[in-house]
Amino acid sequence: MSAAMTAARKARDAVRTGAGEEAQGRRPRWTRGRVGLLACALVLAVLWVLPLAWALATSLKPEDETTDTGLNWIGSRITFDAYRQVWESGDLTRWMLNTAYIASMTTLLTVVLTAMAAYGFSRTEFRGRRVLYGLVLAGIMVPPQVLIAPLFAEMVALNLVDTYWGVILPQVAVPAMVFILVKFFEGLPRELEEAAYVDGAGRWRVFWQIVVPLSRPVLAAVAIFTFIQTWNNFLWPFLVTTDPNAMTLPVGLVNVQSTYGVRYAQVMASVIIGGLPLLIVFVFFQRQIVRGVAHTGLAGQ
Amino acid sequence: MTTTAPPSAPRGIRRHWSEHGLAFTLPFLLVYAAFLVFPLLWGVRMSLGNDDIAGTQSEFVGLDNYVEAVRDPDVWSSLWNTVWFTVLSTVPLVVVGLVLALLAHHLRFVNWLWRLSWFAPFLLPSGVVCLLWLWVIYPSDFGFADQLLNAFGLQPGIGWLTDARYAMLSIVLTTVWWTVGFNFLLYLAALQAIPQHLYEAAELDGAGPWQRLRTITLPLLNRTTGVVLVLQLLASLKIFDQVYIMTGGGPDESTRPILQYVFQAGFTGYRIGYASAISYIFFALIVLVSLIHLRLTRRSREENAA
Repeated sequence: MSAAMTAARKARDAVRTGAGEEAQGRRPRWTRGRVGLLACALVLAVLWVLPLAWALATSLKPEDETTDTGLNWIGSRITFDAYRQVWESGDLTRWMLNTAYIASMTTLLTVVLTAMAAYGFSRTEFRGRRVLYGLVLAGIMVPPQVLIAPLFAEMVALNLVDTYWGVILPQVAVPAMVFILVKFFEGLPRELEEAAYVDGAGRWRVFWQIVVPLSRPVLAAVAIFTFIQTWNNFLWPFLVTTDPNAMTLPVGLVNVQSTYGVRYAQVMASVIIGGLPLLIVFVFFQRQIVRGVAHTGLAGQ
Repeated sequence: MTTTAPPSAPRGIRRHWSEHGLAFTLPFLLVYAAFLVFPLLWGVRMSLGNDDIAGTQSEFVGLDNYVEAVRDPDVWSSLWNTVWFTVLSTVPLVVVGLVLALLAHHLRFVNWLWRLSWFAPFLLPSGVVCLLWLWVIYPSDFGFADQLLNAFGLQPGIGWLTDARYAMLSIVLTTVWWTVGFNFLLYLAALQAIPQHLYEAAELDGAGPWQRLRTITLPLLNRTTGVVLVLQLLASLKIFDQVYIMTGGGPDESTRPILQYVFQAGFTGYRIGYASAISYIFFALIVLVSLIHLRLTRRSREENAA
């Protein structure tokens, strides 16, 4: 076995240092099996893209052709009427701005508050630290959906219904993020911080100028995950907003369905516009988003 | 510096480690107390009263709400719908997620394409996904699903969302399309963590692709599968958006999940005390699954340490 391993390592080194093979790296050759895999993957990729493609196709058809049968991808002409009508109503822009504000504020607050709390739990000593941390960890098990009734009554009492803060504040208290960050901070070497104390830095400076920069990847992961969750959250914003002007995009879109009735091209145009912002962000930050979601998703819930 | 620092530094550092501790945690703890701990406890009090939606006019009724909930056939049917959806959706979401991750991992080719097509739907809001499937995929005749089947010579004519036999399956199908990308990513990350030399050694020992999959990949993914499975169970139990938007719980309440019943009792029926009581029954279910999760992660951590 170990002989085989050394042989394998030698073979790999040979491939790595081999002049012509360099560019190919470890990419496997195109065997028949691999072509078969590729075919399977392509079929599945097409299956996954089809619904979105059909939505796009429908949104570009004249309204009276949207319910034609015969699987026509393109109507008699390509028209952007539906987009113009949806855009001119102005609702989508307002909802998008609402969502952008709410998601950004929630993300900012979540990252700052959970990072500070995690640092406090992992690096400081104070009376009741263990009990409080245990209390925070227990909260990971509480799904926000269970709290909707009392939380709504609380919002009524605090006069926060139909306000941004009413949507934001309940989404900031995410104990799972504290847990992720505590785990990360515990892995950071203390020597750097101690050296800074010796040089006379205070705790706040050490936190902001040493710990936070060192934790950039994990903070980015928490931020990305929180932003996606908040941007797409439906249930809570749906419950706590009744005024169309205060709605977030996911909630407002579902309202469109009743406003426009069944004007398919317009509904699909708003679906495309509503889905686009995060998709565009994803195309540009694919690696970071994938890493952030995988990291936070696995450790977090 | 070097002559004066060592004697004083350790004490100074120790002092540094202990001050400001509460100041760091307090902001989070305040928000946590106000918007998680407090509603959780207040909800218990509410479930013992007959509050209306504004939380006023409360009258203590003891366990009446819980007794009523246990006797309410709608609670049981919506609980059953929730569990049924969880069973139906978890299996394909885990299996398809694994298959997609294996495909992408073994191809090592145009990775961006797989990530884009399989993971991108996960980034869409539930409203976008559900309106898309509700209005242009599932309608009969001109809906994309029916037209596609037609193109293959099948005459489906089934009411995807209007027939009680298929409505739940259609919701499962939409959910798989929408969220499988998340499990795909988790599996992909786990696959990439498997050391390449294991495969190379097995290959030199003459193991074929299937053998390598069965003896190396799948056993090493056991832990990930456990985590993915529990995360999926927890996510599926919280089903609300897809059903509420696409079928409104119908036809004949055959798809209504427990969260929608909580919503109807509390927010359209104004019986927030009763809604809270049902929430805690649902919560018990979630805690049960979470405890299994804790057990699993603790065991795998011990295995790691060993």
